[in-house]
Amino acid sequence: MADAIEDHGTSLWKDAWIKLSKNRLALFGLAVLIMLIATSLLTPLIAPYGYETQNLDMGATAPSLQHWLGTDIFGRDMLTRIMYGGRVSLMVGFIATAVALVIGILWGAIAGFFGGRLDAIMMRIVDVLYALPFMIFIILLMVVFGRNILLLFLAIGAVEWLTMARIVRSQVMALRNQEFVEAANSLGLSQWTIIRRHIIPNTLGPVIVYTTLTIPSVMLLEAFLSFLGLGIQPPESSWGLLINYGVETMEEFPWLLIFPGIALSLTLFALNFLGDGLRDALDPRTSKD
Amino acid sequence: MYRFAISRLLQAIPVLLMVITVTFFLVHSAPGGPFSADKAVPPEVIKALEEQYNLNQPVWQQYLNYLGDVLQGDFGPSFKYSGRTVNELIAAGLPITAELAFYAMLVALSVGITAGVGAAMRPNTMQDYLPMTGAMIGICMPSFLLGPLLVLIFGIHLDWLPVSGWGDIPGDKILPSITLGTGYAAYIARLSRGGMLEVLSQDYIRTARAKGLSERLIIIKHALRGGLIPVVAFLGPAFAGLLAGSFVVETIFQIPGLGRFYVQAAFNRDYTLILGMTIFLSTLIILFNLLSDMLAIWLNPKLRQEIRGTN
Amino acid sequence: MIFCSDNYSTRPQSITLSSNLKMLVLLIIFFSLTGCGNNESNVSSGNKTGTLYWGNGTEPQSLDPQIATGVPEHHIISAVMEGLVLKNRKTLEPMPGVAESWDITENGTVYTFTLRDNARWSNGDPHVAQDYVWSWWRALQPALGNLYAYMLFPIKNAQQYYEGDITDFNEVGVKALDEQTLQVTLNYPTPYFLQLLDHYSLFPVHQATIEKFGTADQRGTRWTYEGNLVGNGPFQLVDWKINRRIVVESNPYYWDADNVSLKKIVFIPIENIVTEERMFRAGQLHVTSSLPADKISVYREAKDPELKIAPYLGTYYYRLNVRKSQFQDPRVRRALAMSVDRQRLVDNITKGGQIPAYAMTPPGTMGYYPKSDLKFDPEGARRLLAEAGYPGGKGFPATEILYNTNEGHRKVAVALQEMWKKNLNIDIRLLNQEWKVYLDSESAGEYEISRAGWIGDYVDPNNFLDLFLCGGGNNRTGWCNEEYDRLILDVAPSMSSHKERLEVFQQAETMLLNEMPIIPIYTYTSVQLVDSSVKNFDANIMNAASYKDIYLQPDKE
Repeated sequence: MADAIEDHGTSLWKDAWIKLSKNRLALFGLAVLIMLIATSLLTPLIAPYGYETQNLDMGATAPSLQHWLGTDIFGRDMLTRIMYGGRVSLMVGFIATAVALVIGILWGAIAGFFGGRLDAIMMRIVDVLYALPFMIFIILLMVVFGRNILLLFLAIGAVEWLTMARIVRSQVMALRNQEFVEAANSLGLSQWTIIRRHIIPNTLGPVIVYTTLTIPSVMLLEAFLSFLGLGIQPPESSWGLLINYGVETMEEFPWLLIFPGIALSLTLFALNFLGDGLRDALDPRTSKD
Repeated sequence: MYRFAISRLLQAIPVLLMVITVTFFLVHSAPGGPFSADKAVPPEVIKALEEQYNLNQPVWQQYLNYLGDVLQGDFGPSFKYSGRTVNELIAAGLPITAELAFYAMLVALSVGITAGVGAAMRPNTMQDYLPMTGAMIGICMPSFLLGPLLVLIFGIHLDWLPVSGWGDIPGDKILPSITLGTGYAAYIARLSRGGMLEVLSQDYIRTARAKGLSERLIIIKHALRGGLIPVVAFLGPAFAGLLAGSFVVETIFQIPGLGRFYVQAAFNRDYTLILGMTIFLSTLIILFNLLSDMLAIWLNPKLRQEIRGTN
Repeated sequence: MIFCSDNYSTRPQSITLSSNLKMLVLLIIFFSLTGCGNNESNVSSGNKTGTLYWGNGTEPQSLDPQIATGVPEHHIISAVMEGLVLKNRKTLEPMPGVAESWDITENGTVYTFTLRDNARWSNGDPHVAQDYVWSWWRALQPALGNLYAYMLFPIKNAQQYYEGDITDFNEVGVKALDEQTLQVTLNYPTPYFLQLLDHYSLFPVHQATIEKFGTADQRGTRWTYEGNLVGNGPFQLVDWKINRRIVVESNPYYWDADNVSLKKIVFIPIENIVTEERMFRAGQLHVTSSLPADKISVYREAKDPELKIAPYLGTYYYRLNVRKSQFQDPRVRRALAMSVDRQRLVDNITKGGQIPAYAMTPPGTMGYYPKSDLKFDPEGARRLLAEAGYPGGKGFPATEILYNTNEGHRKVAVALQEMWKKNLNIDIRLLNQEWKVYLDSESAGEYEISRAGWIGDYVDPNNFLDLFLCGGGNNRTGWCNEEYDRLILDVAPSMSSHKERLEVFQQAETMLLNEMPIIPIYTYTSVQLVDSSVKNFDANIMNAASYKDIYLQPDKE
């Protein structure tokens, strides 16, 4: 029976991939994501100028051959700034999502698997936390404890895990009652092994979808906070911060707003499409066979 | 139905208590006392001020005092605006933010529902793809990007609309409302499209069509009610999001509402104002969530049965 | 939520419902949002009604002249209150205010003021000499926490009373000889004393109103709020909507009411100066409080007469915490000061016509032009740094520039960070904190380099140099030089001529520059936009507007 499960798993992923590849927008999203990750990793090697290199005499200039995306008021190359800013934005996105992921999966899996009172209590906590105005609390946290990048990850992660927990829990509950779990039980496998080897792999589908959708939401949240002055602090910058600076001078130097804006919007766009596409691809209801 | 409402209200109380407690202790652990000023403040003054505001008492004592006051609806004096009470400041900002949220919601609902319903009418055609892609763009373009862009185009280059204020110049409410409402219009468009599609595939709709009823009638009388349930359920979280979104929109457009007060209070370390506003806003959000859930249930006969059943 | 699905049949009938509905709804929204009012701007309607629209920066905290300390507060206070002596708005020479004349004794220590007999408060109450005695008594109450109490210290025994050495206020050198005569006795002849009287901390306050809302020394009562405030100035407070506007109207009881042209002033609090400039362009404001640096060049190139740049009595500087190991050697401090290219900074970053500052006191302060040997000299700076033990910047410990969260300060800090890297090869980091946290950090000495600014309260070098006295609350660098203190506190006041005083100040200034606990960067300018219909505006170095002189007259097209 273990073999049958493996077999089914493989064909589900292959199936999903086939469906995904038919969805052009989702493929576009995937391409953008890969390109972003590659660029961010390689930035220190491929950035045309140094991150801090100023040229006060030049000041802000429009896009030109030497500076493809122009320069800011200190004469710093915008392409470089956007690349480095992207690193930070993506890093916040991935790490905060990872935090949310870990907490959410564990919470949801435990609640869903053990059910009963433990489940009731755990989900009640989730419901209660759901009702709180998180933006306000995050602002409060950032103001109280200073704008530490680590705290930013934790604060954002602490907001996003709730929905993840709900999704995982409902998946796990559905799976728990299926036959292969009963079979595994009767074979004498420990609870933990069952969770690890059977439940979690089968919840991967919705988890992947939701993760892909959480990352842009987190990036948006970080940009929002940075725009208000409560997120990433100089000298680091993120896209949100670059947009903040761009808004100040958008009449004289519109490229300072437009390019970071495009970068952020495009990324969010791409990731959302990818997530939607993944959701459709992995949805067994629309399976062809 | 009433039992449900009351039980939810009762559940909200411990949540509120938790909000008050957590916020109180968070704010009091912040570095940077409330009385730092431009020039050096003499120590006697700091002492007198601390006495006046009861800051020299142990934290537990302060907390209990505060709790007692809050339960009577008194949020205490503001630290920064000496002589003003937090209640007064909230009362000054609330009508404006409420109006902004209302107009934004109006924009969001009208544009979103018509786009979504229209898309559901003719799925997979241009009437579907265009608005839905537009919706995606709307979701992905943050308000702090959209706002300045709208200002740049309509306020400065075309000079059609005012770029700041609220109620001072005719037309100054348009850009902020659109900026705040667009993201939600996009979301509502997607939600209503999905909801309508589900409903339109139901049997009773097919029956109505077979009977020869006009499409218009079908939509208004039968489909809309069920199809809009996801939208109604979304209203609660949307409201919370609107309040959060107002922080940015009010900052961009210099609107004297609660959002702007909140951001200022955060930067000014105005303890009591932050506390008071956090509690006030949380209460509003919880109430709104409750209302929207109740509305969703009322619209959905199946859920209503469930509730009645469990009661 | 299904994004794209292909399982549903489509109906070929055309649906006009959705488009009709959409149109209708949009129209409704449009009309409800626009309202059907006319579109006249504030400036044009204000010019007709005599209403001045003034952009005023942050929302004021309090209008109590003995508690408030900010510039936005000052602008409003000087509209609703007035001192004994005014300043000519162009030359800043003293002019009669509430006092119509005064006598000064030969030795310069006793002033006798004759008040006008038609002086009134805005509620009609007679305004008499005793009001000043009471107001200055209040200003010296320690519990009130008047940060400007020291402005009264030139008065005999005022400092001793404030510090508790004397408990009887009658021993302080201010007396009301009768209702119209006020006599003030000073410790030393103080040439700038008449200027002090125009500072808001020495304005008179209305006793009955204050006592209605609390005790005299109680902070934060409601006596300055709408409906309560009583003042003796050309205008009176009529409305205060927080974060929206503060409105003052002409005060019929003001002694010079016949010569006041403006009927109303609307102060609008706008924190974001980019928005403020847009509002000005849209005709919403007559006067702005400031201008974003990047727009200055635009206006300058267009030679726009609405741009007003004037020298402002203030110095932008950086504090160096001399308690930190790397800053204990004055050579290190001087090295940092010598590697700042101030001209480049004001040309490319601040762009507001600021003047590079090589001394603490702004040049031209009451005839004082400080001499300084400081200049931009990266070579010399590197030598000094090497001598001090950090050749080529090697081994220089981690150092941070602390500044309060503000776009302008950030730009300067970023530029300086780069200059120090380039010229001295030392790595500096940046740290920004909110205003209050930043002040706390500075006061507690928790910083290495900290951005600072000082705007003069009166036009005299003393105001700038006495910042760095050993125990001065505004020192905060940890620098202490007893000889410097002696020059400022003992030698200068005892000089008999102004010229001699200035020479003493020069000595002190040279001492300060040799040891460089602070790095002067530039002298402020006030930069603002003033609509052409505003006449008699006259920017001056105190950036003090004389509202009673301003009148509105649109230029003929």
